[in-house]
Amino acid sequence: MNSLGTYLFIAAALFVIGVFGLLQRRSLIGMLIAIELMLNAASLNFMAFNRFLGPDPVIGQVYTLFIMGFAAAETAIALSIIIALFRRIRSINIEKAQELRG
Amino acid sequence: MTPLQELVDPGLFAQAAFAVLVIFTFTGALIAVLPRNILYNVLGLILCLTGMAGLFLYLGSPFIALMELLIYVGAICISIVFAIMLSRPLHLSLPKRHLPKVLWAGAVALAVFGVLATIIFRTPWHPAFVRGNDWSISSIGAYMLTRYSLVFEVMSIVLLVAILGAILITGTGGRRAP
Repeated sequence: MNSLGTYLFIAAALFVIGVFGLLQRRSLIGMLIAIELMLNAASLNFMAFNRFLGPDPVIGQVYTLFIMGFAAAETAIALSIIIALFRRIRSINIEKAQELRG
Repeated sequence: MTPLQELVDPGLFAQAAFAVLVIFTFTGALIAVLPRNILYNVLGLILCLTGMAGLFLYLGSPFIALMELLIYVGAICISIVFAIMLSRPLHLSLPKRHLPKVLWAGAVALAVFGVLATIIFRTPWHPAFVRGNDWSISSIGAYMLTRYSLVFEVMSIVLLVAILGAILITGTGGRRAP
């Protein structure tokens, strides 16, 4: 509970679950959820290093906040792209989205 | 009436709570990845993120735990739910599983985990020589407005551009030209 290794292992396992989901899913929203899991694992890593190793506790928290802001922006853009794609091909299956032509 | 500290050992209680949080996180992560119904995935993600907020509390930062709940659970998960509900019954069209693909994904994930675990074990982690212990929220605010003001500004601009882009793409994109 109070060692760096525990948190690093939790973060690694979360990241790996995210990788598995990203590779295995075919619906775009499912892949987006897997990406959120991976981002969370990264921020858990930052917070663990911040707690156990870092020189100044503020830096890791600012960085984690930065990741969260980017995750929010990324989700907004990705969801809007998914909705636009759904209007066009009537599906969110990644394998049906194959043409780039507008 | 005896106080709670005499009934339950605080250290033991903290460890039990930590175990419960880890179980929440992993159960949520598995639910977020495995079922084919997207609504279950989102609910699993919410469970996982709530557990993560508890882990951030254990890492000594109530501020980040609060932000995790506010941004991830309150904004991201809810917007995913809205996207699912606003655009036709998406959760009815379940893509079928493709067994070789799942096996390959599992193999790649296990390989990545092996590499990560080796790195975690092999690396000698050294703490920094001088370590501050100022965990207060006001110091985060002071840093955000002085030393890390660039981070703050970049985050604001990125969010603004993302909002405008999202409105543009959902507003006009994807409609077929008449």
